Amino acid sequence: MSGHPATSGATSDGTLIQIDHLAKIYLLGEVEVHALRGVTVRVERGEFVAIMGASGSGKSTFMNILGCLDKPTRGKYVLEEIDVSRLSRDELAAIRNRKIGFVFQGFNLLSRTSALENVELPLLYCSMSNKERRDRAVSALERVGLGDRAHHFPNQLSGGQQQRVAIARALVNDPSIILADEPTGNLDSRTSVEVMGIFQELNQHGITVILVTHEPDVAQFAKRHIVFRDGKIRADKINISPRAAAAVLEEMPVIDDNEEAA
Amino acid sequence: MKTMNILLSAFRALRRNKMRSFLTMLGIIIGVAAVIAMLAIGQGAEYSVKEQISQLGTNVLIVFPGSQQQGGLRMGAGTMTTLTEEDAIAIQKECPAVAFVSPGARSGGQVIAGNLNWSTSVEGTGADYLEIRKWAIEYGEFYSDQDVKAAAKVCVLGTTVAQTLFPESSPVGQNVRIRNVPCRVVGVLVRKGQNAMGQDQDDIVLAPYTTVLRRLSHFPYLRQILVSANTAASISAAQSQISELLRVRHKIAPFEPDDFTIRNQSDLAATATATTEILTILLASIASVSLLVGGIGIMNIMLVSVTERTREIGIRMSVGARGRDILTQFLIEALVLSLLGGAIGILLGVTGSTAISSLAKWPTIITAFSIVLSFGFSIAIGIFFGFYPARKAALLNPIDALRFE
Repeated sequence: MSGHPATSGATSDGTLIQIDHLAKIYLLGEVEVHALRGVTVRVERGEFVAIMGASGSGKSTFMNILGCLDKPTRGKYVLEEIDVSRLSRDELAAIRNRKIGFVFQGFNLLSRTSALENVELPLLYCSMSNKERRDRAVSALERVGLGDRAHHFPNQLSGGQQQRVAIARALVNDPSIILADEPTGNLDSRTSVEVMGIFQELNQHGITVILVTHEPDVAQFAKRHIVFRDGKIRADKINISPRAAAAVLEEMPVIDDNEEAA
Repeated sequence: MKTMNILLSAFRALRRNKMRSFLTMLGIIIGVAAVIAMLAIGQGAEYSVKEQISQLGTNVLIVFPGSQQQGGLRMGAGTMTTLTEEDAIAIQKECPAVAFVSPGARSGGQVIAGNLNWSTSVEGTGADYLEIRKWAIEYGEFYSDQDVKAAAKVCVLGTTVAQTLFPESSPVGQNVRIRNVPCRVVGVLVRKGQNAMGQDQDDIVLAPYTTVLRRLSHFPYLRQILVSANTAASISAAQSQISELLRVRHKIAPFEPDDFTIRNQSDLAATATATTEILTILLASIASVSLLVGGIGIMNIMLVSVTERTREIGIRMSVGARGRDILTQFLIEALVLSLLGGAIGILLGVTGSTAISSLAKWPTIITAFSIVLSFGFSIAIGIFFGFYPARKAALLNPIDALRFE
């Protein structure tokens, strides 16, 4: 894979994300809502972090800021030595394009658009020849095991397959982090484990994965747990024995993906 | 570089919604087709009016005597008694740019045939009158140069007069009495119909001008001299030759005003052309309204499309599209719709106008101007009506757009 200069040039101490005293205040009419009240956290390259918390705990706001979709009210967010909290809208778009891959709960694929074209989407916003774009999209699809479904539309794919297309889309730009927001929320338990298996495999290949979930089962696959409550980090601990998705799958009854799709 | 990709995104988006794209284009298609067809009809009408005017004889000049002045009172054009038979003969002889000359005299009067009578105008003309007026004889013949020289008691009837005085028999060879002078009818003119002012051009009796001057009106001066130039292009040459000749003949000192007026038909042609141009503009502006409605249709669909595609916009932004990338994409979509619609509309308009001219026998003319105009207009509409929805899309907040249900 041809990495971007920023991703290959790792910092000396391996820090990917450094967040200091991050706060986010929304204005709902006259009322100030403190979604984040001073969050300080550091994520190293190659981690697999699960961000947990009840709804309203601030984890989604944190995720949006982490994903450069939103700007903090106060505090500092440094991603790969770039102070992202000071960037303009357009510069944030460029960061999202090059350094961040998103996976959403609702898949968020373009309808009536083939899997391949969906995966190509991030590459349309950076300079690249048509051939390179196609090649990278195909290899990303192959990496999630969907090389043979490249020309299927989302409505011809099962939920698990759609989420895998979304993961391929997140991967295609060779990002520094993959941010997954409740990626298993719309999936049955077996498919959830399969998807977590893909994340684990990507993580084993060195990709940093940050996952938002409220399901402890899903969080068990991650190597580190950060728990949010009332806009603050309540707990931040290493998961000593993360579950291996491959092993869990072997214990589960087999359901054919194709059968599900049909 | 990235512009090509945005173009690609726009095309993919349009392809995803073929039906909606087509319906959006329909407004522009109909608008452009209407503009093309209306302009074609209008310009066709303009052309045929010009054609008819040139059949009246655009190379015709009319020389009128000047206005009479008594003390400080000026009597109006044609009141001066300055034009003579000799002037007319001299014009014919000495002006090389002149083809035909027909001296003119007039006598109103009652024309009587048997027990029927009819009040009409009797025009005295030369033998070349029909050549100048591009008119022809239906029955019989026109009077000759010989008849004119001899002030022969002959006349030619317009069809209205012929039908009124001779409802059952042919008038040729019969006698009519004009102001009690018996004249033999030698021919009947081809029907000419009404002129632009609604006058019946066939309600007329033609006679040699000599006959009118000496036997009917007993007035020695000419009312006008009708002249035709060799070609339409030599009109101004003919005009200056006549003017020079008459000034010499009438012994007018260098800084004195003319005692005659020379008019040509180009003023009439200009008026008629202006009228049909107004018609064209009227038709085109009506058609433009439909083009405008088509444009609003595009804006409408694009606005709905922005709302409907909010999530798509959010997805695009989350993978790195900047606001201006989204703006460009939506603008390109609007532009592609209006351009494609414009092109189809032009095809349809051209086909439609051709069909109109072959089915309804209505002359239509499609000019490059009307095609350029309507195509340019559809581009303008695409940009103008596409911009607002595109901007609305570009300003969406990525988080809100992603959460949009």
